[in-house]
Formats: sequence, structure tokens, C-alpha cells
Amino acid sequence: MKTIIVVGNGMVGYKFCEKFAAREESKHFKLIVFGEEPRAAYDRVHLSEFFENRDAKALEMAPLEWYADNDIELVVNERVTDIHRSKKTITTASEKEFKYDYLVLATGSAPFVPPIQGVEKKGVFVYRTIEDLEAMLAYAEEIKKVKPNGKAAILGGGLLGLEAGKAVMDMGLEPHVVEFAPKLMPRQLDSRSSNVLQLTLESIGIAIHTGKATNSIMGNGAITGMDFGEDDKLDVDMLVISAGIRPRDELGKTCNLEMGVRGGIVVNDKMQTSDPTIFAIGEVALYNQMIYGLVAPGYEMAEVAVNQILEQNEVVMKPEIDMSTKLKLIGVDVASFGIPYMPAEKGLSIIYENKTKGIYKRINVSHDGKTLLGGIMVGDAEDYSILHQMYLNNMPLPDNAEELIVGSRGEGGSAFGSAMDLPDTAVICSCEAVTKGQVCCSVLEDGNETMKDVAKATKATTGCGGCKPMVADLIKESLKTLGKTVKERLCEHFDYSRQELFDLAKLKGITDYDTLLDEVGTGHGCEVCKPAVAAIFASLYNETANRQETIQDSNDRYLANIQRNGTYSVVPRVAGGEITPKQLMAIGRIAQKYDLYTKITGGQRIDMFGAKLHELPPIWEELIAEGFETGQAYGKSLRTVKSCVGSTWCRYGMDESVSFAIEIEHRYKGIRSPHKFKGGVSGCIRECAEARGKDFGFIAVEGGWNVYVGGNGGATPKHALLLAEKVDKETAIKYVDRFIMFYIKTAQPLQRTAPWLEKLEGGITYLQNVVINDSLGIVDELDAEMQALVDSYVCEWKEAVETPEIRERYTHFVNSEETDNNIEFVSLREQKMPKEWA
Amino acid sequence: MSLSVLNTYASVAASDVKVWFKAAPISKFPKNGGACIKYKDKQIAVFNFTREGTWYACQNLCPHKMEMVLSRGMIGEENMEAKVACPLHKNTFSLKTGENLNGTLDPIATYPVKIESDFVYVGFSE
Ligand code: SRM
Ligand SMILES: Cc1cc2nc3c(=O)[nH]c(=O)nc-3n(C[C@H](O)[C@H](O)[C@H](O)COP(=O)(O)OP(=O)(O)OC[C@H]3O[C@@H](n4cnc5c(N)ncnc54)[C@H](O)[C@@H]3O)c2cc1C
Ligand code: SF4
Ligand code: FES
Repeated sequence: MKTIIVVGNGMVGYKFCEKFAAREESKHFKLIVFGEEPRAAYDRVHLSEFFENRDAKALEMAPLEWYADNDIELVVNERVTDIHRSKKTITTASEKEFKYDYLVLATGSAPFVPPIQGVEKKGVFVYRTIEDLEAMLAYAEEIKKVKPNGKAAILGGGLLGLEAGKAVMDMGLEPHVVEFAPKLMPRQLDSRSSNVLQLTLESIGIAIHTGKATNSIMGNGAITGMDFGEDDKLDVDMLVISAGIRPRDELGKTCNLEMGVRGGIVVNDKMQTSDPTIFAIGEVALYNQMIYGLVAPGYEMAEVAVNQILEQNEVVMKPEIDMSTKLKLIGVDVASFGIPYMPAEKGLSIIYENKTKGIYKRINVSHDGKTLLGGIMVGDAEDYSILHQMYLNNMPLPDNAEELIVGSRGEGGSAFGSAMDLPDTAVICSCEAVTKGQVCCSVLEDGNETMKDVAKATKATTGCGGCKPMVADLIKESLKTLGKTVKERLCEHFDYSRQELFDLAKLKGITDYDTLLDEVGTGHGCEVCKPAVAAIFASLYNETANRQETIQDSNDRYLANIQRNGTYSVVPRVAGGEITPKQLMAIGRIAQKYDLYTKITGGQRIDMFGAKLHELPPIWEELIAEGFETGQAYGKSLRTVKSCVGSTWCRYGMDESVSFAIEIEHRYKGIRSPHKFKGGVSGCIRECAEARGKDFGFIAVEGGWNVYVGGNGGATPKHALLLAEKVDKETAIKYVDRFIMFYIKTAQPLQRTAPWLEKLEGGITYLQNVVINDSLGIVDELDAEMQALVDSYVCEWKEAVETPEIRERYTHFVNSEETDNNIEFVSLREQKMPKEWA
Repeated sequence: MSLSVLNTYASVAASDVKVWFKAAPISKFPKNGGACIKYKDKQIAVFNFTREGTWYACQNLCPHKMEMVLSRGMIGEENMEAKVACPLHKNTFSLKTGENLNGTLDPIATYPVKIESDFVYVGFSE
């Protein structure tokens, strides 16, 4: 039996193991893997997600058992220190020696730290491993303790630097990106697109400093700032260096393998180093005089090395490697492919720029107008996948190439048909090298019908995930050719879309979950269909969450938002944000009595956190006695209607925005919907209530109210669109009534109004036709349904505290009076917060 | 809270039951839902899966963020395998084997349940 030793258990080293283990012949080999990091290979590409969930396991490429199950011996926390080529052995840091027949070097790279004076200071970090992130997080916490508005700089405005910029921002520090070149992402972007990107990043709070050479890092022991010379300085409390990578080629040097002038272990197209029994793959390998700092080429190299070792010698590396990239995570689309920019004598460029929207698109076309050479997209990269495919597959261009970026109707839409027009050989998922043919075949011949099944069968979408929309299209189109309509299916228990279920429940007059499941579903239900059906019943019959409590989402079941430590928050309604001093004192008194953490929310009301389950009913009893009612902060229902002070006090106010906000909040309170919805009312176009960031909004103008719908804050912010102009209050309410009702009846579960409106064929014009011109002939029905909901409101907390059987649900143990002793609090600025789990 | 708490929960097979703990009358448990009981230092989630006509018990502690919350989770079924979804982040666990169905979290401990004269009993090995 021959032995293969893999040095390095990073993304590419792991991929080698995965591809090797999948081969029948692998059983004739023994595979030993050494990794220097304390844990098995993880997904470095998605490293920044660690900031969100602090969950290292979620990043794992494969669990430890996987290695054992595939007879792979994995030794983590063990660095390989030497290679003895004559004996064909390696030694490790703990002085153990192992013999190999083939050696695969997958040692990756390390961040390049430029020799700036002071880089060794405390608070200077690199961004490569989970340990780096943990150290950064811990340091950021320290800073925040002493300085509420600490600053962090990132040295390097490339792909990774921008990602790091977003990460430090998410950590709560003020981010500053410092770039040596005069523009951001100098390798991928031209100056104009770089400018657009810079403006967008600045608008989301990332400060950008280009054209800056850092002379030294200031501070006594720990960093306090950066010095750019000539009295130009930037005060910062932390620095993340992201100035490029250097291959970890030490092993190659010490055993005299052929090296590149500027580092990297030289390999041929078989991934062999100058010693034919030693292979190098991933970021340590110098192929075509280049280091490829992306996973996709690394994975291809792994594939080649596996084949070469298994004597499938015809599988070699392509001479040209695609370096197209789409940036993720930073909250703005950025992509570049092929030759992103070039002088005019090499080709022609078509450029679309919309500064108000922060969009820049450029494509470069050959002089004869036949081939796409490359391009850039900033602000809107929706068409990246398809353009990238056209480029990779040398597909013919339409006669009007500009339609590729401006669309046939202008306004940035796109001109091409579907992903089905691509050749079968087109690589759709570049991380896993899956072609369009493979995806379609997995649907057409192997009977896979869902994204999940196709991903399992082909591995497409399991890398960076960028190809998901395209794979979804291919699955849909392939199913169509099989004559199968692609049904939107709620889950395995209901073969219907939400809209169909809504109609079915209404038609059959079904009022409880079990009956609906028995009549039109199968099995026993799950966490997807139960809350969706609960919402349907609520919209149809305005029933509270109390009646069928076990089909409600976590928060609705106990009429409160569950917090990280299993306690709950309490949010009474404060319609329009208007509150009397007496009510304020009542909240203060009750919060103090139950020792709750209080905070003013972003929705103009007060949230009290840290109530234990059994404390909820007495707290609410007291609040209700003071005249409060539930704010339904937990429900997929109306949250708040934000108001500005309006004409009652404000010198610019055109109308009474507070009165209107209170009226409309009381009108829609308690109404459950596919997702939560929010409103806003501003007294003039200065828009202090941010009404256009809400699901519905009214803005007072000369001569009436402007009505806006479909706005959203959150992850994908969107401004609401104008539904009607200068209408009186009654008309404004009527239109919004219909809009909400139409949304409730037709949206998918957990779809906010903004994405719903975006998907609605015909968009805002169609919506205007439905709710204003009654093009579907349904407005009477919508009006009646809305009025029924408005008329049947009850405060579900009042119902709960007054009904002994419901009250009884609020005990931690059903067999003991004791309460949960697992909950611990620590103090925080004279209040309290959950103790972190140690 | 520390890892040691997690380690005090270990699955008990029906054949290993030494103590049948009389927990509470069945009326204390919602239909198709759960409630939490205390046995010695342990918090155990007990589920009345009415649609299936089965009862299940498991640790109340979710191995994801180590919170005592699983009894407040929603139950359901995936390919006829009964499961519970944690109320905090919706990770799902088999109520039969304790296995994490949507990821690679550690499995949860499960315990046998029996019903006698309208009382719920949970089986422990100590
Ligand atoms: C408390 C509060 C933050 C604060 O301290 O200010 C808050 C807290 C939560 N938000 Fe929020 N959001 C709060 C205002 C907002 C706002 C601002 C606003 O309403 O003007 C937004 C952006 C506006 C919007 O929704 O369009 C907002 C966008 C979100 C989103 C993203 C929604 C989206 O469409 O992308 C989520 C996630 C979700 O709902 O799926 C979310 C979810 C949550 C949840 C429910 C997360 C959860 O499930 O635990 C938090 C529950 C807190 C609790 O226990 O009460 N929260 N959240 C605010 C409560 C307002 C209130 O009085 O009810
Ligand atoms: C934050 C971040 C975001 C990224 N985003 C993207 C992206 O969006 N798209 C993209 O394509 N790429 C991205 N990358 C790059 C991508 O992660 C790398 O291309 C990929 O990880 C390279 O894999 P590798 O196996 O060659 O190296 P690595 O993943 O670095 O693995 C090498 C491993 O070998 C170990 N090792 C080194 N020397 C020894 C030794 N002597 N003995 C034992 N073990 C050793 C190292 O500790 C390391 O664990 C990103 C990288 C980072 C850090
Ligand atoms: S309150 Fe909203 S923004 Fe803040 S952490 Fe919770 S969900 Fe995220
Ligand atoms: S704590 Fe249970 S899923 Fe996160």
C-alpha cells in the first residue's frame, strides 16, 4: 500500500482529500494529513460569517468523523517542519518522522505584513484564521469598554480589505480603509467604478482613504494611530493588515524544490514540483508564474493532483485561469470578470453609470463587436453570472451589445433570455466546477427536483453560493421541459403555495391546523408550515395566537420575543410614538419592579428586556391596568407607525402627522400578515419619520397626502414607491387598506412588502391598477375583508392574562414551582444583560 | 453555565431505565407541543406528539447556545422522523435519536416516556 502525505488541511488540502476519497482506487492508498491549525479544515471564504454567529462548527468543511469514516488519518495542531527527499520522509514539530510515496503540499499562504515601523504593536492584526478573528473580537471588546466610539483601520483596499472593513464595522468600531493606490480594488476596478464604490461605501459608514502610504504605526505599546508623513495622521485603536498574501513555501525552500523569484513553489500543469513525487496545490503553488489567491483554481489543482497520483495522466491544468470575482458581504454588489479595463486600442467599452443610484457597469467588447472581453459591475451585479458565462464560453453578442447592461427598456434591466441559452459545457459553479449540463442532467435524468437535492447530487452552490440564482433558474427551466410545472411548495407537508393554501382554507372554511393538514396535506407538519398556516388563519379570522398556541412561531407562542438567554422582552404599544408622562412613569415603575433592562427602540417605543417566562403574565397585568396593550413586537403583524411631530409643533409641518400615525396604527394593530409590516407618517417632505423606508408611508404635501408603499429597512433597504399623490386622508387610508389586504392574500411566507412588490409582475403600475382602478374587480372584497379585521381586534395579552388556562402556559416547569436557574445576568451601565455562556 | 452541564445529559435506552419518574399529569402538556419538567438537577423537555399518538422526552438544553429552551420549541416531522425545532435559531433535532437534523451540532440526549393512568413518567438510569 502506498502512502500519500498531505501537508496543510486548509480549503484546498481538504478538497484534495474529498476528491481522493470519492475515487474507487483510493482504497489502495493510505492518506495522512497534517494541519497546523488547531482544528480541521474550515471555509475560509466565509470566514467573516464568524463575526455574526461565532460558530466555528458552522464553517467546518467536514466534521472530524468524516475523515475517520473515509480512512483518512488527520493530525491537527501539528506543523510539518522538514522534508527529506532522499529518504522520502517528513518530520513534524513534535519530532515524529513519516514516510511517503507521494507528498502533496497544500500549505496555502500567509497575510503579507509590510515592514512598517511599529507593526508589532498591540492591536495590529491580520485576517486569515479563526484565531485571528477571535483575537480581533476580544481586542475590540476591550476598546469598546473604554471608548464607545473606537476606530479601526484596515490597511489595504482590495477585495479582502473591504470585507475586513465591513467586519470591523459589524464589531461596532468605526471603519477606515487605507489604500496605497489612488483607488479601491486597483486590480479589479477602473477609476470610475472605484469612485462609485467608494461613494457607496462611505454612505454606509466606511471611511476611505486612498493614495496613502503608511510611514509608521504610532503608540506606546498599543496602536493609537497611523502616520502618513507630512503631518498627515489618522487616530485609530486597532489595525487590520490586508495587504496581500505570501505563499507559505518554507518547506519547498528547505528541501531545494524549484522556487519562484518572488516565492511560491513552481509546479507544471500536472501540479508536480521539480521533484515528481511532490505536488503543490492551492495558494502555495506557482503556476504560470502566478499565485492564484482564490479557491476555484485551488480546487482545480486538487482535482489535477488526484488524477495524476491515480495515473490518469491526461488530466492537466488549463493554461488560462479565470480570475473573475464577485465580492460578497459588504452590502454593495461588486464584480469584475475577464479583462476588467483596457486601453481603447484593444477593444471598445460600453459604460453605464447612474450616480444617484450608485450603479456603474462596464463591458469591454472586441473591435468587431463579436466577443465579450470582460467587464465591471458596481451597485448592481445581478447579471454578473450570465455575463461571466458569455465571456467564458465565447458566446455571440446581441447586435446591440449595450442592451447587456442597460437592458432593452433602459434602467439597468437585462436583455438576454435565460440561463438555458448557455452551452452545456458552461461552468455554472466555479467553486466546484459544475457545468450547466451536469445541473440539467441531474434534474432531467436523475430526477432531482429541488435545489437541496441538486446541491447534494452535484455539489453546485455548496461553495461561495454565488451561482444559486442561476442553478435555481436551470432547475426551474429543466423541470418545465419535462412538462412539470414548478410548484411553489410550502414544505413536504403541503403541496401548495401560501396563496393556494390561503384560498383553500377560506373556501373550505377550515379553522384549525389539524383539519387543514388532514384535508389537504400529509404527515404531521413542521416548523415551516405551522407558523405559515397560523398566519393564514390569523389573516382570515383575526384569531389571536392564543388559540392554537403550538403552531405559532417561537415568539407568538408566548406573545413575547425570546432573547438570547431564553428570557423575553416586553413591548407595549405606543401608537405613533406619543406617550404621556404618566404612562412613562408607569413603564418605569413596572420595569424597575421586575428588574428589566429598558431601551428606546428604533420603532419609537420602549422595550423591556430580561423577563422570565413566569413573569410575563404579572408584568402584562400591571401594564394593562395602566392602560397599555400589546405592541405585538413578536408578531408577523403591524409593528409601529413612526411619526414626526408634524404641524402641531413643527414650523414646516403641512399636516398633523402624529394624529394620522396614531389613527392608522390603531387601525391596523393586531392584523397578522406574511411578514411584519411597518408604517410612517411625515408632516412634510423633509421626511423626518422615514416614511419611505416603511411598508407604507404617508407624507403631507401641499393639497393632501402622498401615499408610498413597499419600503424596507433591514438587510436590503428599499425606498417605498409612490402609489398615489395629493389625496385626502380617507382616500389614502382606503388605498393602503387594499394594498395591505392584497399583500396578505398573495405574498409568500416571510416575504416583506418590498420583495413582494418587486416580484409582482407589472410592479407599481399593476398595483395602482388593482387598488385604484379596480382592474381585477376585487376592491369591494378587499375593503370588506380589511374592515372585518379592523373591527375584530382584541388585545391578545389581555385575553391571556384573563384566561387561567392560557396563563398556566407561563411556567418554566410543569412539575415544580422553581424557576430556571440556568439564567444569569451581569451588570451593564447600571442595568443588566445576559451573562455570556462560558 | 459550562460544558460540564452539557455532559450531565446522556441518552437513556428503554432497557436501561432504573427509575420511572412520575413527572406530571398529561393535562399539563399542550397537544402537539411540549413543556419542561425538573428531575433532580436536570431539565427535561417532554413532548406530547398528539398527531402521532407518541410522547417524547429530551434534554431541555439546546447544544447550539446552551440555553434551556427546547421544551418551548415547535415539534414536527421530517420524512416521518419526529423532531423538535429550537425556538432560538430553529436548529432541528430528532426526538428519536437526538441527532441534529439540519447541521452538525452535538446530538441531544433522549429519554423514554410512558403513560400510566393519565400520568407522564420519564425513564432515567439513575
Ligand atoms: C427592539 C428593536 C431594536 C432596538 O433596540 O431598537 C428590534 C429588535 C429586533 N428586530 Fe428589528 N428591531 C427594532 C426595529 C427595527 C427597525 C427600525 C424600524 O422599525 O423603524 C428595522 C428596519 C425597518 C424595517 O423593518 O424595514 C428592523 C429590522 C429588522 C429585521 C429585518 C427585516 C427585513 O425586512 O430585512 C429583522 C429580521 C426579521 O424580521 O426577519 C428584525 C428582527 C428583530 C428581532 C425580532 C430579532 C429576533 O427575532 O429576536 C429583534 C427582537 C427584539 C425584541 O426582543 O424585542 N428587525 N428592526 C426595534 C424594535 C422596534 C419596535 O418598537 O418594535
Ligand atoms: C477572509 C477571507 C475571505 C476570502 N474570500 C474569498 C472569496 O470570496 N473567494 C475566493 O475564491 N477566495 C477567497 N479567499 C481566499 C481563499 O480562502 C483561499 O484561496 C483558500 O483558502 C486557499 O486554500 P489553501 O488550502 O491553498 O490555503 P489555506 O486555506 O490557507 O490552507 C493552508 C493550511 O495549511 C496549513 N499549513 C501551512 N503550513 C503548514 C505546515 N508546514 N504543516 C502543517 N500545516 C501547514 C495552514 O495552517 C492552513 O491551515 C478568502 C480568504 C480570506 C482569508
Ligand atoms: S436588534 Fe435587530 S439589528 Fe440588533 S441584533 Fe437584533 S436583529 Fe440585529
Ligand atoms: S440555541 Fe438552539 S438553535 Fe441556537
